[in-house]
Amino acid sequence: MAKKEYSFYPGCSSQKGASSSNYLVSTETMCKTLDIQLNEIPDWNCCSASIGYASGGELPRMALSARNLALSEQANPDQDVVATCAACWLATKETHERLNEDGDLMAETNQALKEAGLEVKANQKIRHMAEVLVEDFGFDALGSHVKKPLEGIKIAGYVGCQTNRPFGIDGESFENPKYLDNIIDAMGAESIPTYEKKVQCCGGALAFSEPEKSQEMIKGIIEAAYDNGADMIATPCPVCQMNTEVYQDQINAKYGTKFKMPIVYYSTLMSVAYGASAADSALNGQVIKAKQLEDIASK
Amino acid sequence: MSGNKYKSTSFLKEVEANVEQGDWVKMCMQCGVCAGSCPLGNHWEHTPQKIFMMIRAGKRDEVLTSDAMWMCTSCYNCIVRCPRELPITHIMHGLATYSKRLGLAPANNPTQKFAELFWKNLTKKGRVNELKLGIALYFMNGIGEGIKTSLKMKDIGLGMLKTKRMSVAEMFGGHGVKDKSGFDAMLKKAFEIEEAKLKKFDS
Repeated sequence: MAKKEYSFYPGCSSQKGASSSNYLVSTETMCKTLDIQLNEIPDWNCCSASIGYASGGELPRMALSARNLALSEQANPDQDVVATCAACWLATKETHERLNEDGDLMAETNQALKEAGLEVKANQKIRHMAEVLVEDFGFDALGSHVKKPLEGIKIAGYVGCQTNRPFGIDGESFENPKYLDNIIDAMGAESIPTYEKKVQCCGGALAFSEPEKSQEMIKGIIEAAYDNGADMIATPCPVCQMNTEVYQDQINAKYGTKFKMPIVYYSTLMSVAYGASAADSALNGQVIKAKQLEDIASK
Repeated sequence: MSGNKYKSTSFLKEVEANVEQGDWVKMCMQCGVCAGSCPLGNHWEHTPQKIFMMIRAGKRDEVLTSDAMWMCTSCYNCIVRCPRELPITHIMHGLATYSKRLGLAPANNPTQKFAELFWKNLTKKGRVNELKLGIALYFMNGIGEGIKTSLKMKDIGLGMLKTKRMSVAEMFGGHGVKDKSGFDAMLKKAFEIEEAKLKKFDS
């Protein structure tokens, strides 16, 4: 298969020393195997995520994402914009949709962009990396690269909110998306299609501002994984990953639970299955170690 | 404002004019699916369903001073389930933005405070500085509580440092966009255009 190229929007949390830098490392490893070239959008900025609305109104928020689109159009013309972060993808796609639906908003956005010497057309596609995997490759093709099947590992596919709603992936349902389970199976692991918390909210940004309310939801997400016999949880979202991983000790202290559930990115699973080292799969980025994956990676 | 009082309250008109996606409010048919779908539903002073009715009933202060909208986690459950396809998440965000602009947002609501810190943080360099954002969050209720929170969060911070998912280097400089002056000028213009479009309404 020929090399595939995309205009890549990595997002703030994927940067060096940031909370999902491990997501970027494993994504790069996974893409190498799949012969995907990610062309980073030069000088991209923050999309303001799902919490920027309070101080940024509609137009300032649209301008943020439109600046990234304009830079992408300049540097990587005719390439789909691909994001790995759920919030990056959602904010960019939302902006793209509104600019194309509302001529006035498009004109105002371009008025603002002009101040930065830019112009946006918004005529490209905005896609999540998971979409690229499912639509441009397909589960069989993804599975064909597996060198070390993740045999004997039971994995709960936690899709979460923003990779799934309001846009989701074509052909998948909002209430019961199956693509993550299919990726897990394609890597030779065992998915849990009946994992009932697969699209439950983790609190998102409110995990910071309303920790108790959010941790109550996170507790449910992890508990259901244990109840279903999961060895670990896999997710496509940096906020889901962090929220479900790092608060487990606090939840244990408050609720008397004994959670120690590894939470990994699909890209880490895929990197390990594709035969990459523990470091290239970013297993050193696990706050809760994924021992079973480490064992396979060192084989 | 002019308008027919028998047709709709002026607050509905105000929301339609000034709140992002506010012109959808009158499409709500009060089915309650949004209220039942919200993951933090039981923490909302007024559910979205109720807020839509309160807007139509002219309950301006009750809506705009409420902390209800600040409970939105942006999970988009309500959006995809609404039979009338109202962009409920966006309307809640829009109401929150508008209440903040008018100075009516509840000053002590933590999400309201955090959201402001987030915006300030991202616009300072064009990209989020997670370390500074975290510290600002812990100390947003003062030094005393900040130290307590920092101690409580110590182990999480250590875990992030050990896995290189947090870096003390971010304290000094950190990531940012190169064309900061263009970035700033763009945002300034966007705010100017938006401010100019806001319509005046009597409170």
